[in-house]
Amino acid sequence: MARNINMRIWRGNVTDGGLENVVVEANEGEVVLDVIHRVQATQMGDLAVRWNCKAGKCGSCSMEINGKPRLACMTQLSSFKEDETITVTPLRAFPVIKDLVTDVSFNYRKAMEVPAYAHPVNLAPGEARMEQVDVERSQEFRKCIECFLCQDTCHVIRDHEENKKSFAGPRFFIRIAELDMHPLDTLRNRKKTAQEEHGLGMCNITKCCTEVCPEHIRITDNAIIPMKERVVDVKYDPLRWLGSKISKREGIV
Amino acid sequence: MSTIERHEYDVIVIGAGGAGLRAAVEAREANLRVAIICKSLFGKAHTVMAEGGAAASMGNVNEKDNWQVHFRDTMRGGKFLNNYRMAELHAKESPDRIWELETWGALFDRTKEGKISQRNFGGHEYPRLAHVGDRTGLELIRTMQQKIVALQQEDGKKTGSMEANIKVFAELTVTEILKEKGQISGVYGYWRESGAEVLFEAPTVIIATGGVGKTFKITSNSWEGTGDGHALALKAGANLVDMEFLQFHPTGMVWPPSVRGILVTESVRGEGGVLTNTLGERFMFKYIPDVFVDKYADNEAEADRWYLDQDNNRRPPELLPRDEVARAINSEVKAGRGTEHGGVFLDVSKRLSAEVIKKRLPSMWHQFYELAGVDITKEPMEVGPTCHYVMGGVEVVPDTAAAVGVPGLFAAGEVAGGMHGSNRLGGNSLSDLLVFGRRAGIGASEYAKKATRIPVSEESIKAAAARIEAPFSREGGENSYSLHAELQEITHFLVGIVRTGAELKEAIEKIAEIRKRSANVSVSGGRHFNPGFHLAFDLDNMLLVAESTAKSAILREESRGGHTRDDFPGMNDKWRQINHISSFDGEKVSIKAQPLPAIPKELFDLFDVHELEKYMTAEEIAKGGSN
Ligand SMILES: Cc1cc2nc3c(=O)[nH]c(=O)nc-3n(C[C@H](O)[C@H](O)[C@H](O)COP(=O)(O)OP(=O)(O)OC[C@H]3O[C@@H](n4cnc5c(N)ncnc54)[C@H](O)[C@@H]3O)c2cc1C
Ligand code: SF4
Ligand code: SF4
Ligand code: FES
Repeated sequence: MARNINMRIWRGNVTDGGLENVVVEANEGEVVLDVIHRVQATQMGDLAVRWNCKAGKCGSCSMEINGKPRLACMTQLSSFKEDETITVTPLRAFPVIKDLVTDVSFNYRKAMEVPAYAHPVNLAPGEARMEQVDVERSQEFRKCIECFLCQDTCHVIRDHEENKKSFAGPRFFIRIAELDMHPLDTLRNRKKTAQEEHGLGMCNITKCCTEVCPEHIRITDNAIIPMKERVVDVKYDPLRWLGSKISKREGIV
Repeated sequence: MSTIERHEYDVIVIGAGGAGLRAAVEAREANLRVAIICKSLFGKAHTVMAEGGAAASMGNVNEKDNWQVHFRDTMRGGKFLNNYRMAELHAKESPDRIWELETWGALFDRTKEGKISQRNFGGHEYPRLAHVGDRTGLELIRTMQQKIVALQQEDGKKTGSMEANIKVFAELTVTEILKEKGQISGVYGYWRESGAEVLFEAPTVIIATGGVGKTFKITSNSWEGTGDGHALALKAGANLVDMEFLQFHPTGMVWPPSVRGILVTESVRGEGGVLTNTLGERFMFKYIPDVFVDKYADNEAEADRWYLDQDNNRRPPELLPRDEVARAINSEVKAGRGTEHGGVFLDVSKRLSAEVIKKRLPSMWHQFYELAGVDITKEPMEVGPTCHYVMGGVEVVPDTAAAVGVPGLFAAGEVAGGMHGSNRLGGNSLSDLLVFGRRAGIGASEYAKKATRIPVSEESIKAAAARIEAPFSREGGENSYSLHAELQEITHFLVGIVRTGAELKEAIEKIAEIRKRSANVSVSGGRHFNPGFHLAFDLDNMLLVAESTAKSAILREESRGGHTRDDFPGMNDKWRQINHISSFDGEKVSIKAQPLPAIPKELFDLFDVHELEKYMTAEEIAKGGSN
C-alpha cells in the first residue's frame, strides 16, 4: 500500500540553507522519521538527523514538523491529509549544526547550573522510607526525556537569544521543582533561586511548554505555577520563610 | 599530523550508558581525570530504553529472597554456562548498587512500607526488579547523569572549572583503541558533527559500548547497537567469549512494519499478560521444558492463582526464561497458528483494569496507542521475537573487569561476556551495569595509578587517520546502507533464532564476501555530520561481530539458551563445559574451545544435586565442585 508523499526538508548549515523538495515512498503505519530515513538511504546519503529509540523514549528526534515542535518518531503520517506536503525543519531556538540537527548544548549548560540533589548526611543507603504518593510528584517530572521541545517552543528564548543567559527554561523549572518536592532532598531555597538565578520570573505562564511535551508533563500547572506561588509566599511572608528553613516539607501542594 | 585535537586523561570510558557512567563515577571518586565518550547526546544511550527494572535481591516484597536465590536463578537462566564468579558478584552486590542510586536522588516506586518496590519477572523466583513504572532505564541513566553533574559542580567549586576532572565528549565515535608496546595508550576517533579527528591519550580504557542488535534485521536496539566495542576489543587483541549466544526477546512489536522489533516489556507478562495463538489457545503450557516442570504451572487454574498466592502455586509458563518463550512463539507461528503479520497475541486487558494498566505500564499503553493504534486496555497486542541482547562479549577477569590479554583495557556492561551464560534473565542487565561498571571503574583506577604512560606514536596516529580518510578517497564504490541491509538479511535468515549447520556455513561465506566488498565502500558528501560516513565505520564492526557469532555458532553442536540448532536439539553436557573464545588476527576471526572455569564447592552446594544432574555430567557431580 505504498504511496508517494511530498516533503520539504530543510538542508543547510550554520551559514546558509533552505527547503528542498523531495518525493518519497510511504507505507501504512509509518511515522515521519521512517520517511526521513528512507530519503537518507535512497536520495540524500548525507542528510543529518538525530534519533535513537524510535519509540518516544530518548528524546533525540526533536524537530519542527509543519512548524510545530515534535518528535519525528511519534508523528504518524496518517495524522496528515493524503496530499499534504510535510515540511520538516530544525528546532528554531537552537543554532543549526547541519540539516535537522541543532546544537542543544545550551540545555546541558543549564543542567550544570542547577544545584544537585543533596542526600541527608545521616541517612544510610537502604534506609530511606518514602510513601508512593510522596515520590509521585517528583516522578512526574522525572519522566522528562530531555527532548527540549518545551525549550524550543518557549517564547522567552525562541526568538530572543539575549534571554538565554538568564533563563533556564521549562525543562529546568521542572528539574528544580522535582528536587524541591523530593521527599529527601536537603537543599534549601530552591524556589527562591529558581526565581532569582534561573529566570522563573520571566515566564508568563503561556503554557506552550505543556502543550508540546510528549511526556504530557504538566509543566506549568504542576511545577511553574506552584513554584511561583510559593516564591511569593516565601518572599513576603517572613513567618513561612522561617518555617521553610526548619522543615523541608513545606513542599508544593 | 600534529594539528589534530588532543586530550590527555587517566581513564577513558567509551560509552555513556549505565555501565560507562557508573565506571566514570568510580574513577572520578578515585581522584582520577576521566573522559566519557559517546556516539549520541549525553543521556540518550540505550540504557534509557530499558523498561522493566533492575534485579536485586533486596527482599522488600518477599523476604525469603537473598543473593543465593538470585545466584541460582541467574545460573539456571544461563543454563549453567555463566561465569560463576561474575554471577556470584552480581547477585551479592546488586542490592547495594540500587540503594546507592537512591542516595544520588533516584526515586523508585515504593512498597506499602515505603521501601523500594520489586516486581516479578521471567526466571526470577521472587519479585525482584526495582522499577519506576516501565521507565526504569531512564531513571537509572538520569540519576547517573545527574550524579556526574554533581561531581562536576564539586570540581567547579574546588578548581574553578566544572570540567576539570570529568568531561563528557558527546557525539564522538571511537574508531580505534591504541596500544604501544603491548599496552593501552589511548583512543582515536572523530566528532560526528564536524568529522574532525581527535586523539585521547591515557593508560587505561574502559569499553562500555553496549550491544550488537543492529547486526540483525529485527531488533529492539537503536542505531548505536553496532557492536563497536566488541570489534574494537578484538582489534586491540582482546578476546570475545561465547558470541553464539544472542537473546531474542519473545515480545517485540510486529505491526505496523515500521515499528517491527520495538520492545514490548516483559513486565506485561509479569503483570499478568497471557500469550495466545490464533486458535485462542494459551499455548505456553505445551512448552515447559523438563528442567522447569517443578517450577511452572501446567494448567490455567494454577497459573492464574499464582498471581494471588505465590507460595502455594507454580508460576505461569509465560514467565519462563526468554529463550523458551521466544522459541515457543517461533514454533507457533511456523505451525500456522500465528497472526497474519507473523506474531501471536499478548493480552493484559482481561486481567487488569484500564486504570491499573495505564498506571503500571504507561509507556506500553502510549507506545501501542500512538504507534499501532491499539488500546491495550481493551485489545490484545500482536507480538513476536526480536533481537535484543548479546550474552557474548569481551572476556574479562570477573573481579576487576580487566580484558584478558590487554593490559590497561577493561570492559563492562552488555559488551562484556560471561556473566549471563547462554541466556540473560530480564532485569539482570541493569544490575550488571551497576555492579561491573563500578568494578571496572575501580579496576581501571588501580591500574592507572600504577601505570607508566607511553605516548601514542606518530605511526599509530597516521594509521588511524588513514582509516578514517579511506572511504572518502574512494569513488563509485558500494553504498554502506545497502551492504548493511544485505548483512541484516543474512544474519536474520541464517544466524537467527533457529540455526542449522548448513545455513551457518552459508552465512560465514556470505559474511566474508560482504567484508570484501565493504573494503570498497565510498561515501557521498563531506565529513560534516554525515550518516553515510558514520555507517561505513559501524558496518565494519558489525561484520566482525557477525563473523564471530556465525563461527562460534557452527561449532556448538547443541541447543542451549540463546543458541538453537535445528540439527542438534537439546542440551549436551559436553558442550556445557566449553566456552568459545573468538580472536582476530587482522584478517579473520578464529574460534578456540576453552574449558569453563569449574564452580567452587560453596556455590555448588547451593543447588539441589538433582537439579545439577540435569546440566552436569556424572563425573562433575561426583567431584561436587572444585576447591
Ligand atoms: C528496549 C530495551 C529494554 C530493555 N529493558 C531492560 C530491563 O528492563 N532490564 C534490564 O536489566 N535490561 C534491559 N535491557 C537491556 C539493557 O538496557 C542493556 O543491556 C543495557 O542498557 C546496556 O547498557 P550499557 O551501559 O552496556 O550500554 P548502552 O546503554 O547501550 O550504552 C552504550 C554507549 O556506548 C556508546 N558507544 C558505542 N559505540 C561507541 C563508539 N564507537 N564510540 C563512542 N561511543 C560509543 C554509545 O553511544 C552509548 O553511550 C533493555 C534493552 C532494550 C533495548
Ligand atoms: S509557560 Fe513559561 S516556560 Fe512555559 S512556554 Fe510559557 S513562558 Fe515559557
Ligand atoms: S519537559 Fe517534556 S518537552 Fe520538556 S524536555 Fe522534558 S519531555 Fe521534553
Ligand atoms: S528516536 Fe527516541 S524519541 Fe524519537
